[in-house]
Amino acid sequence: MNLGSQPGEGSKKKSGSAFGRVARYTAVRIFTLFVTIIIGVYLTIMIANMGGYVDEIMRGEIRERITMQVVANPANKNLAPDARNKLVQEKVALEEERLGLNRPLAVRSLNYLSNALTLNLGRAINMTSDSGSKQVRLIILERLPSTLLLMGTANLFLFFVSIFLALGLSRRYGSFWDKLIITLSPTSAAPPWFYGIFLILIFAAIFKVLPFGGMVSAPPPENPLDYTLSVLEHLILPSSALIISAIFISIYNWRTFFLIYSSEDYVEMAKAKGLPARDIESRYILRPTLPTIITNFALLLIGLWTGAIITETIFQWPGLGRTMYRAIGLYDTPVIVGSTIIYAYLLALTVFLLDFVYALVDPRVKVGEGN
Amino acid sequence: MKTIQQFLRDLRQYPSALAGGLVILALFGVAAYAMVTIPYAEAIRLWRGGEDVWYQNPKYAPPLWLNWFTDKKQPESFIIRSEDNPQVKQVQDNGETSRITLTYQFDYNYDDFPQEMMLYFKSNYLEKQPFVTILWKTPDGREIRVANTGISREQTFRFSQDEKLVRRLGGMNPVQALFLPEKAETGAPIKGTYTLVVEGVTFEQGSNLDAEFVFHGLVAGWAGTDHQRRDLTVPLLWGVPIALAFGLVASLGTSILTMIIAAVGAWYGSWVDELIQRITEVNLVLPFLSILIMVGTFYSRSIWTILSVTILLSIFTGGIKGYRAIFLQVKESTYIEAARAYGASNARIIFQYLIPRMIPLLIPGLVSSVPAFVFLEASLAVLGLGDPVLPTWGKIINDAQVNAALYKGLYYWILEPAVLLMITGLAFAMLGFALDRIFNPRLRGM
Repeated sequence: MNLGSQPGEGSKKKSGSAFGRVARYTAVRIFTLFVTIIIGVYLTIMIANMGGYVDEIMRGEIRERITMQVVANPANKNLAPDARNKLVQEKVALEEERLGLNRPLAVRSLNYLSNALTLNLGRAINMTSDSGSKQVRLIILERLPSTLLLMGTANLFLFFVSIFLALGLSRRYGSFWDKLIITLSPTSAAPPWFYGIFLILIFAAIFKVLPFGGMVSAPPPENPLDYTLSVLEHLILPSSALIISAIFISIYNWRTFFLIYSSEDYVEMAKAKGLPARDIESRYILRPTLPTIITNFALLLIGLWTGAIITETIFQWPGLGRTMYRAIGLYDTPVIVGSTIIYAYLLALTVFLLDFVYALVDPRVKVGEGN
Repeated sequence: MKTIQQFLRDLRQYPSALAGGLVILALFGVAAYAMVTIPYAEAIRLWRGGEDVWYQNPKYAPPLWLNWFTDKKQPESFIIRSEDNPQVKQVQDNGETSRITLTYQFDYNYDDFPQEMMLYFKSNYLEKQPFVTILWKTPDGREIRVANTGISREQTFRFSQDEKLVRRLGGMNPVQALFLPEKAETGAPIKGTYTLVVEGVTFEQGSNLDAEFVFHGLVAGWAGTDHQRRDLTVPLLWGVPIALAFGLVASLGTSILTMIIAAVGAWYGSWVDELIQRITEVNLVLPFLSILIMVGTFYSRSIWTILSVTILLSIFTGGIKGYRAIFLQVKESTYIEAARAYGASNARIIFQYLIPRMIPLLIPGLVSSVPAFVFLEASLAVLGLGDPVLPTWGKIINDAQVNAALYKGLYYWILEPAVLLMITGLAFAMLGFALDRIFNPRLRGM
């Protein structure tokens, strides 16, 4: 805080030191964030391999698959058992080399890490994209639009509607609607998939007005307009599930947050001066709460990336969450790591930028000061 | 004592908290009841049991109270065993041969046909098999011959799978044709008293014959049955203690460990504090649910493994920052200074002076976080990663989901566990919500 400092006096010297301070702060911040990412991603890599345990599973699978292949091949029928065994060994060794299983985990995991950090996502082990590619980048990119559509619709709606309603409620708290929201907010203890099941039950199973799941009806309509309408129809239930499960607690939290700010003395003062409610809201309540609103919005945006694993599974929505789930089921470390590293980078970037955004929107905050 | 009274008075202002508390108490009661009436080993045996344990139940049968709300009454399942009902069995001993007549009489006042009917025969003999004639008597006085057959030591007669019977009934499914009026192909079953008579003859001294009549209706039990004929009351009842244990242990473990670590960090400061903050940031990068799924898929689906990993990953989250901020304030208070002055050890200060101050703040958070963990267990089960041994609510939903229960209209299968989950979650959430307002004066009146 520099509320008491004299303007003008020694301003040149101060700006120089301010620049140095910002530069030093930036460097330290980038360094710590980078170290955080490295550790986080390396931990994910180790967990995705279960400290080598997954290797055992994969080796076993390869051995079994190749033995079956060799035995089932009629060309090998007349081979002596020894020769057949040798053939199996050779093929297993080849396959293990293809997947990098012949190198120790320590080396392989460091390799994964450096590739991940340089966003060289590489090739998937077992998964393929719908277009048949094994590139992790393509597998992820192919699923990104559907996740963004679902999560974006639900979360943006949630964010703006709950802030808007919360402002209204904070103005007349204690009213019927306010009490209703307070009463309903414990319902948010249940996750979206839970409401999803009820929505499917009501609208798909009983009334048969909306589809059970999926993203577009089968076969997909040729006409782009019909296609869009079909996607929208499929979007209604999953996005409603996401919205219902969070809307009440979200309104409640924002409302409480705004209430705390609207009981500040300067707001009382503004009211006493007879300023219109709109002005009080925008200048005296929203302005000081802007950093928090921006933080939440930024976290919301990067949260879109992860998708909703279970909701997508329940609704058969072909998004990133389900891809992640499938990747885990197929022991596909590159896909798991790829998804994690992108999230980690987005998170770090957001955390980093937020410090500067705070300084922009709140004159009391200075980058690199305080904590 | 006074503070407790004050607290109870505060609590009375929140009827939702009282309701939540009562529901939680009731849940504990049900949990105790479940564990006493169905011991753990028995619950596992029933849950993992196959056809030999559950042959008496129909598949996919809704609960029998569904009949109370519908006009069209569905037949209820029942069994009659000749060993247990002396009036069923009549023996006429003629020395070498004897005549054994088993008469099963039942009232049938339903509007639909059963799923299946079966006779499980048991007999003992040395060389000569007993021989039985099965007769079916309808309320309108007709007598239909069902089968004539020799009986081995253990034999099952399934009405709908007996080809001779099907042919004799003109190719119709016997469990429908036997209830329909003569020559009718469709329509409603005749209501009244039906009699199934098994006339058996044994050909050896001391040779005996018994049979269990199993009637698979369309509804069964108080909770219905699933695709493996299992009575859902077992997993529904046992789901209560498991959900409570998982939710409470996870939230207790997480809150207490978080608090201790925050206290240690705030007390020692310098690098310890720094390290804890860095770990929290690393934890933010880790994909929580994905890691749980990975542990479940690769390593172990045991509920205790999942529980430990959940606690481990939940310690270093945003909560630690909140606690730390308050501990930093408390650390400067005079009574801590006094403790330091008289030479209290670090451990003593942390555990005797710092942490007890925080317990009122801990409780609301602890109670409110229970539903999240209860639902987490269910979520993992819905993904197919539930404990392979234990009967839980999530497992029921998962089974229902896999067997397309909603698509087939078997709503009870999903609704029963879902409603229980909702009740549990809401109860803890409502109580926690009110506690939060009582313990956080800032929220009071808001």
